[in-house]
Amino acid sequence: MGNTLAPFIFALVMVAIVLELVRRKVFREKYAALWLVIGASALVLAGWPDLLAGVSKLLGIQVASNLLFALCIVLLLGVCLHLSWELSVVEDENRTLAEEVAILRTAVEQLESDFRRIPQPTPQAAKPQLQSAPGPCED
Amino acid sequence: MLSPETRRVLVIMPAWNEGETVGDTVDEVINLNEGYDVLVVDDGSKDATAAVAAAAGATVLRLPFNMGVGGAMRAGFKYADRYNYDAVIQVDADGQHDPREIASVLEGLTTADISIGARFASKGDYKVSGPRHWAMVFLAAVISRLARTKLTDVTSGFRAGNKRAIAQYLDHYPAEYLGDTIDSLVVAIKSGCKVTQIPVAMRPRQGGTPSHNPAKSAIYLLRSVFALLFALTRSRSKIAVQEGIA
Repeated sequence: MGNTLAPFIFALVMVAIVLELVRRKVFREKYAALWLVIGASALVLAGWPDLLAGVSKLLGIQVASNLLFALCIVLLLGVCLHLSWELSVVEDENRTLAEEVAILRTAVEQLESDFRRIPQPTPQAAKPQLQSAPGPCED
Repeated sequence: MLSPETRRVLVIMPAWNEGETVGDTVDEVINLNEGYDVLVVDDGSKDATAAVAAAAGATVLRLPFNMGVGGAMRAGFKYADRYNYDAVIQVDADGQHDPREIASVLEGLTTADISIGARFASKGDYKVSGPRHWAMVFLAAVISRLARTKLTDVTSGFRAGNKRAIAQYLDHYPAEYLGDTIDSLVVAIKSGCKVTQIPVAMRPRQGGTPSHNPAKSAIYLLRSVFALLFALTRSRSKIAVQEGIA
C-alpha cells in the first residue's frame, strides 16, 4: 500500500491544481481538459497499480513501466502539437490585428491632418450656437 | 493624383530600418509625376524610416512589430484592397529597383495578372554566383514550367499585380521565408493568375547593408527548394474578384 500512496497523492494534487486554475480562469477549459484527462488517468493508475500490469500483459509489453513511459511520450507529443497549433492560430490573428491597426492608424492620422487643415471650423461653428443659446433662456 | 489613364496605382515599399535610403527612393517615385501613390510599410523599424518616408510625401503604414517582407507586403496589399487600387507594384526602399522602370513593369499587366521585373533577362549586369545562383536557376526552371512562360528571375521583389493578384495574395498568406516571392507566385499560378516578366536593370544598393549575407547562400538553396516543395502542395485560393473589370 505504501508505494501506491505517494503517486496517488501526487496525481490528486495535480488534478486539484488544474481544477483550481480553471476555477480562477487562469486556464482556459480547452487546455485544462487535456490535463484533467491525464490527471484522471494518473489517479486511476496510482489507485489500482495492478491495472497497469494487467494492461501491459494484455498488450504484450514485458515491463509495465515501459507502457507508462510510452503513454507519457504520446501524451506529451499530443500536448506539444496542440500548443503549436494554437500558437499558429494566435499568430495569424495577431498578424491580422497588426495589419488592421497599422491601416487604421494611418487613416486616423490622415483624418487628423485633414481636420487641422480646415480653417478653424469649431470656434466659428460653435460661436453662433453659444450666442443664440442664452437667447431663449432670457425670455 | 489620378494617372492619365485613370488607373490608380499604388507603389508599395516595404522598409525595415531603411531610413538612409527610403526618403530618396520615395522622392524619385513621386518626381516621376506619373500619379502613383506611394505607400511605405514601415516593418517595425528602429530608426527614423517612418518619419523620413512621411516627410518625403509617402503614406506610411507603421506595423507595430517586425513581420518580414511578406508580412509588410500583405499589409500593403490589404491597404490597396481596402482603398480599391487597380494595380500595385512592389519597389525596394533601398533604391535597387530603378523607379524609372516602374512604368515598364506595370506595362506587363496589360497581358498578365502578375508582372515581374526580371534582373537577368538581357538587361543590366546584375550577377550572383554559387549556390544562390543554382537556386535561382532551378526555381526559375520549375516555375517557368508551371506558368507555361519563360521566367528567368522568380525571386525578384520588383513585381506588379492587378486586382486578381491582390485578392490572391490576401487569401493566401505565404510562409515565412522566401514566401513573399516563391510561395505566393506558385500559389498564384495554381489559382489561375497569368504571369509575365519584363527585363529591368538593377542598380547597386544606395545605402544600408544587404539582408542576405554571402555565407548564407547554401542555406538559401536548401530553403528555396523547401519553400518550393511546400508551395507546390498548397491548395489553390479562390479569388473573389469580378472578372472582366480589370
